[in-house]
Amino acid sequence: MRSELQFFPDSASSMAGQVDALYLAWAAISVFFSLLIAALLVFFFVKYRRRHEDEIGLEEKEAPLLEIVWSVIPLIICLVMFVWGTRVFFDLYRPPSDAQEYFAVGKQWMWKFQHPEGVREINTLHVPVGQAIKVTMTSEDVIHSLYVPAFRTKQDAVPGRYTTLWFKATKAGSYHLFCAEYCGTEHSRMIGQVIAMEPHEYEKWLAGSPATKTPIASGAQLFATLACDTCHRDAKDPRPARAPQLAGLYGTEVALADGGTAKADDTYLRESILNPATKVVAGWQPIMPTFQGQVSEEQLAALLAYIKSLEGHSPKQAAADGNGAAADRGTL
Amino acid sequence: MSHAAVHDLNAPSASKNYLNNGYGLRSWLLTRDHKRIALLYLFSVTGFFFIGGVMALLMRLELLTPEGDLLQADTYNRVFSMHGISMVFFFLIPSIPAILGNFLVPLMIGAKDLAFPRINLLSWYLYVFGGAFTLWAMIHGGVDTGWTFYTPLSTEYAQGQVMMAALGVFIAGFSSILTGLNFVVTIHRMRAPGMTWFRLPLFIWSNYATSLIMLLGTPVVAVTILMVAAERALHLGLFDPRLGGDPVLFQHLFWFYSHPAVYIMVLPAMGVVSELIAAFARKPIFGYKIVAFASIAIAVLGFLVWGHHMFVSGQSIYASTVFSLLTMLVAIPSAVKVFNWTATLYEGSVSWDTPMLYALGFIGLFTIGGLTGVMLGTLGIDVHLHDTYFIVAHFHYVMVGGTIMAYLGGLHYWWPKITGRIYRPFWAKVSAMLVFVGFNLTFFPQFILGYMGMPRRYWSYAPEFQVLNVLSTAGASILGIGYLLPAIYFAWSMRYGEKAGDNPWGAVGLEWQTSSPPPTFNFHETPIVTHDAYDYHDQRPTTAAKGEAALV
Amino acid sequence: MSNPALGAAGGAAGTAAAGHAVAHHPDLQHHFDTLEQQKDSSSLGMWMFLVTEVLFFGGLFATYVLYRLRFPGVFAEASHHLNVPMGAINTGVLICSSLTMALAIYAAQVNRKKAIVGWLLATIVLGATFLVVKAFEYKEKFTHHLVPGPNFDPSQFTPDHARPAEMFFSLYFVMTGIHALHMVIGIGLLAWLVVQSNKGRFDSTYYNPLEMTGLYWHFVDIVWIFLFPLLYLLGYHAR
Repeated sequence: MRSELQFFPDSASSMAGQVDALYLAWAAISVFFSLLIAALLVFFFVKYRRRHEDEIGLEEKEAPLLEIVWSVIPLIICLVMFVWGTRVFFDLYRPPSDAQEYFAVGKQWMWKFQHPEGVREINTLHVPVGQAIKVTMTSEDVIHSLYVPAFRTKQDAVPGRYTTLWFKATKAGSYHLFCAEYCGTEHSRMIGQVIAMEPHEYEKWLAGSPATKTPIASGAQLFATLACDTCHRDAKDPRPARAPQLAGLYGTEVALADGGTAKADDTYLRESILNPATKVVAGWQPIMPTFQGQVSEEQLAALLAYIKSLEGHSPKQAAADGNGAAADRGTL
Repeated sequence: MSHAAVHDLNAPSASKNYLNNGYGLRSWLLTRDHKRIALLYLFSVTGFFFIGGVMALLMRLELLTPEGDLLQADTYNRVFSMHGISMVFFFLIPSIPAILGNFLVPLMIGAKDLAFPRINLLSWYLYVFGGAFTLWAMIHGGVDTGWTFYTPLSTEYAQGQVMMAALGVFIAGFSSILTGLNFVVTIHRMRAPGMTWFRLPLFIWSNYATSLIMLLGTPVVAVTILMVAAERALHLGLFDPRLGGDPVLFQHLFWFYSHPAVYIMVLPAMGVVSELIAAFARKPIFGYKIVAFASIAIAVLGFLVWGHHMFVSGQSIYASTVFSLLTMLVAIPSAVKVFNWTATLYEGSVSWDTPMLYALGFIGLFTIGGLTGVMLGTLGIDVHLHDTYFIVAHFHYVMVGGTIMAYLGGLHYWWPKITGRIYRPFWAKVSAMLVFVGFNLTFFPQFILGYMGMPRRYWSYAPEFQVLNVLSTAGASILGIGYLLPAIYFAWSMRYGEKAGDNPWGAVGLEWQTSSPPPTFNFHETPIVTHDAYDYHDQRPTTAAKGEAALV
Repeated sequence: MSNPALGAAGGAAGTAAAGHAVAHHPDLQHHFDTLEQQKDSSSLGMWMFLVTEVLFFGGLFATYVLYRLRFPGVFAEASHHLNVPMGAINTGVLICSSLTMALAIYAAQVNRKKAIVGWLLATIVLGATFLVVKAFEYKEKFTHHLVPGPNFDPSQFTPDHARPAEMFFSLYFVMTGIHALHMVIGIGLLAWLVVQSNKGRFDSTYYNPLEMTGLYWHFVDIVWIFLFPLLYLLGYHAR
């Protein structure tokens, strides 16, 4: 796949071309200025070399215009490149709305992935070509960083919070997957592969993988096993509610008991499960117990997937997408 | 013109100097003479340079092959951590300020000593204590956190002597605070009559800017490292998400100091280069005031860009945008300096003596280091390049290609003043060439490796990265010889070198107007300054200055 | 560049070889030309040092404020476990000690050498009082199992409040501990000043060390003025 002698990385994502263009532009600017300075230095060095011991340089001439020129030109170049670089950056970090959501957990020293269909992998990630993929990630221990050079993207996986990156593979093949943030002894072995496949091949591969519940389905199941549903009751439940409604919660602004507000994003939901009393919703008693240490990162991700799924359609449907177990308790 | 010129080399008055003013151990270890303290620093800092250098060679040897076969992964991690800690905290930060700055700041402004000689000595002892702690940690297993001590790796997961190493860095931090304090007060209060702010040599300006960073930044990293040590010992939970802490907070506090610390390392180097260019082109630096203010601008802006180390840490993308813009702005004063140095050579009388070769090397390599720095400040590229060998190459171009080049250039330039003797110019030129060639061969391939995606701090790597790694290791061995040579011929010259005379380069500047080596209180009479810095037209040196030419 | 004739006139201390040939104050160090230059230098140096101290404590304050914003309720709750009367007494004690320190300097300015010693001793006594009160507070925290680590008893808080509360006490001990360390160093400096003033070294012509120690002492005082409301009082009314 790779030749032994290679001086430029594979380009295999929709963003690679943009990043390469930016890089090559900068490289050209750098080479130009480095050569300019080097040439001037050598030229002056030879032309004005000292001819006899008592010689001194000619008196300094003022050249205010020159100074303005060489302050303003770099400034303009920098500002142009800043704007360009920032646009590329925003593209790199804003996933398109049709992105499929994958989940990744880093731990010393491996990467664990879960597909939206529920398939789990370690250190290898199969993805379909042409499909935007958003990876939400966290870490079980220290800070790691998910890095796929061929896709020109990278994101730190930070314990205790969620971060995301996205990419769209454009070329089938197998690409390096590295941990880029130093994470301890086996850091350089925390590597793997992203295998980009043509969509039909990917479907075939997916079908051949052991059947598993989707994250939403296993989240729904967990929601019941952990007895979350005894308080977070469905709106249709005739009994009085003991905790806030979760359906449609994701992405909204929540008013808090201490007068502030919080955006109900992944990190907020995570914190509310692990440290419920930190941000209590206005109008409710802080009766929820903590689940710190009781749920793994993967289970948390499943719960989140389930809670998010409550937005669009009913949990019943969501569960039906999976294996349907324990789906009814949420609604009935 | 120059009163020092009346002192004949062989006259008895010239032989009474700071070096022969007492020979016992006490006269050195309890000295309050800034010049002797500078020499104490020279020896201890050189020690750490070679410790860090051996670590670097071990790393390069390991990276000859893709498989990790020479060292264990764990050993490799400890080696690169100790390389970073000794080079950053115990070599680069103190090198130019504590050695050349200590020696030259009072001489250049016409003072008898620094404002607080006892505190100056104390700062050397703090450096030595800090160094001793770190060496102890190194011998008892080292640390495997990297020099950045990122949490929660350093606080919860790392093995080794993190506490001791952190304590060493903490103590050494106070050494640098005290040096900065001494410089600021000295430059404000101890200037000779007539030495106005805009007559100060640019080396003084850049050390002044450096001192401000030392004063304002170091306490923050000191308290941060203290928190890391406390957290590791007592599990306070400040940086541990499981206990409610925030690991990224550490990065903010750490880089709030450690980014400006980059300027602690490079600003004094810029000052040295300004001196070298002026002395060896026999011309004032083009746009003196702009270069002086550029130093201050870099020091101030340097405090506002720390977030560019955290573009992929999950920091808000809007914060990243602001940090990126500020990073672009801090590049401008550096670019201006490069252009001004180059323009100074125009119509100069350019000597080819060794210090000038280093100055030239500095400008070329710093230009590359600076440009790649702005590249990394560009958000869209940094995502790909962050934590790859591109970063490694970039900061080595600035730190090694910049700071060490300038440091060696400065050492060659002022060596006759420090010791009164001169080294063999042939060997000095050979070593300058070896350093230049070896450096580029070592670090240029790493730019390419970085863009190809090889992450830093990898002990084994994918096979397609090997060719460039072999080139890099080959370069490192040349570089190693280039660094060993000066240690040998400098040591040789101290005993056997020819007497240099008071002003071998025919330079203006107060330090060249006293005898070589200078007397204990620097000047036989308090000098009165009547000219701008580098005014070669009105203060043509009276002694025929032969430079190195006389020796070849 | 330097005219020898002018040079001799300009340099008050004359040549290095001449050394102390010119009569000057015994406390003027070699490398300064005048006592005034020496005094200016040390006061600038002390101000610079205090700036570094501000940044040193600044790192701690920043961390505290950040976590206070993250866990406002828990921090308010945890602060109720601090002993406000003791903290208030200590605040008063420190303000008084700043006054006595200032009076010691004033005594030097008006050449009342005995009064210098008296006011310095008063400052030491007040500083020591602060530390004793602080020691009682620490002991109280220990007996109430509020010291982070093995001593900490999380059952005093609701389960998910325990961790942030422990962090509050970590910050409390680190911040007040470093402050107390500064007090100890200050008392050491004061003790040295007492010995020196007993020898009659300070008068209206030379009292620089007194003034410098005074600056340091006032700074340590001011740090407490910030620590007290931040740790003890913020959210106190919410009880």
